[in-house]
Amino acid sequence: MATAHSRTAARLMVSPAVILLFLWMIVPLGMTIWFSFLRYNLLTPGNESFAGFDNYYYFLTNAAFWQALTNTLTLVLGVLAITVIGGVLLALLLDQPFWGQGVVRVMVIAPFFVMPTVSALVWKNMFMNPVNGMFAHIAKTLGLQPFDFLAHAPLASIILIVAWSWLPFSTLILLTALQSLDREQQEAAEMDGASPLARFWYLTVPHLTRSITVVVLIQTIFLLSVFAEILVTTNGGPGNASTNIPYLVYAQSLLSFDVGGGSAGGIVAVILANIVAIFLMRMIGKNLET
Amino acid sequence: MGNITLSNVRKSFGETHVIPGIDLAIEEGEFVVFVGPSGCGKSTLLRLIAGLEDISAGVIRIDGQDATALPPAKRGLAMVFQSYALYPHMSVRKNIAFPLKMAGLDPAVIEQKVANAAKVLNLSNYLDRRPGQLSGGQRQRVAIGRAIVREPAAFLFDEPLSNLDAALRVSMRQEISELHQTLKTTMIYVTHDQVEAMTMADKIVVLNAGRIEQVGSPLDLYRAPANLFVAGFIGSPKMNFITGAEAAKHGATTIGIRPEHVMIGDGPWQGTVGLAEHLGSDTFLKVEVPGVGTLTVRGGGEVGLHHGDTVRLAPQPDKLHRFDANGLAMK
Repeated sequence: MATAHSRTAARLMVSPAVILLFLWMIVPLGMTIWFSFLRYNLLTPGNESFAGFDNYYYFLTNAAFWQALTNTLTLVLGVLAITVIGGVLLALLLDQPFWGQGVVRVMVIAPFFVMPTVSALVWKNMFMNPVNGMFAHIAKTLGLQPFDFLAHAPLASIILIVAWSWLPFSTLILLTALQSLDREQQEAAEMDGASPLARFWYLTVPHLTRSITVVVLIQTIFLLSVFAEILVTTNGGPGNASTNIPYLVYAQSLLSFDVGGGSAGGIVAVILANIVAIFLMRMIGKNLET
Repeated sequence: MGNITLSNVRKSFGETHVIPGIDLAIEEGEFVVFVGPSGCGKSTLLRLIAGLEDISAGVIRIDGQDATALPPAKRGLAMVFQSYALYPHMSVRKNIAFPLKMAGLDPAVIEQKVANAAKVLNLSNYLDRRPGQLSGGQRQRVAIGRAIVREPAAFLFDEPLSNLDAALRVSMRQEISELHQTLKTTMIYVTHDQVEAMTMADKIVVLNAGRIEQVGSPLDLYRAPANLFVAGFIGSPKMNFITGAEAAKHGATTIGIRPEHVMIGDGPWQGTVGLAEHLGSDTFLKVEVPGVGTLTVRGGGEVGLHHGDTVRLAPQPDKLHRFDANGLAMK
């Protein structure tokens, strides 16, 4: 890549990919922005007219919006808390030598490969169902009243389902980080009189911060757009109790046939995601520097 | 404070007997060096003393007290690791303070002790840096500082200089020796480098395959090696070993003569120079002597011999080492 000639050639070579990716991103975004300023209802196609900021106004003043925003943040924070804390504990457990370690480590990743709709349906019908679910059976065996998870604690149930599928991801990343922890450092701390708990706190946790940062950043991106789990379990209900922003956009566009309002919601979601990203990078981005 | 006694200490990993049984007494204030080729069990022995490995049998006494079952932190020993094992996310100050903090000392006392250690080790200007921002020698000093502040009964060094470049190794070697003069604390030092052993030790323990071959002062080991292994290991370049008829003349199976004890000029052995290394201060010659073998000879800097020259050599008779069929030195 030394000469001007080879640099020009290199730019020419990568340009098709760059242009394609750019179009892939900018066309949907541009159309969404365009739709968000239109009065665009699927029941009366062909009657689109310019609406100014009306769509944004109605979306943001909708009572469901604020609930969806809180739900989105609760969902993200809840799943992050479970997967990070649970992931560290599981990784510590899997780092211990035990019989059948290899098989167990492979099996731990399994939930990650179950697609969201399937895992949510399995949880809904086989575990959380108040009549046939396993939890109901356990409750009845103990002489308790079965608890209808999805009706009475819909958001918590969805957090549980999503956390279950993301726990393997964080566990694996944190396990690899644990394995790179320097043995001599541990021994030095042992000689320095640090108890196992102190070693965990002063050596393991600082060593894991970078991996935890990676887990938090990657998971946040995906958790902001959780949709399938909500669609197949609660449909956002009861009421709006388990509606998050992506589900609200879906409901606006395809259940109320209001493409304009849905597009405005989509743009709001993009802006919110960017605010979250800026906050995250401010708070924990410095952990990624060397 | 600081005498350590090992009685019949053994260590096995499964069926492998790394240390088949060692008895050793380390006196207070001594600088003891464990030296031997890699895999001879010297690091394992140090880790047994530190308590990082459990011994399979035997007793370790520190200051007369049975320490065999004590956890590492309770033995009052401090260790400097080969990789330094500094805590990378802590500043130098916090690294040095860590053992004191774990001991639950008062912050003001900790600050005082850290400042003292930093002054002794010339680290005062680096206290707020992280280990990653320090050079190899400075990291080494931080590791030593972390050991010093604990005021241990003995220091354990596990090949601490092997990650440093040659020049730094020489100066750190002197610093550690000076530190020993100042602190007068027992130090146990593991190395595979016989030069480090010779220059630093009060007492050298030569280990081979988990066994002690000889214990003694550097010059004792140099002058009167107990067997072929010690004779070959101590001294640089290596001692020349001659077997066969030439050895039989002296009534031994093997005779050994150090390169510096072979005189160039007149003598019974005549040979051809194979290789001549002129270092300025010394000249090392590899001489092919028919019936004797290849001898390494150390001559003065003014020796002008080159490849292919014929030379006559004479061993200094009083510097000749004789070994029997079992490789043991004969008196």
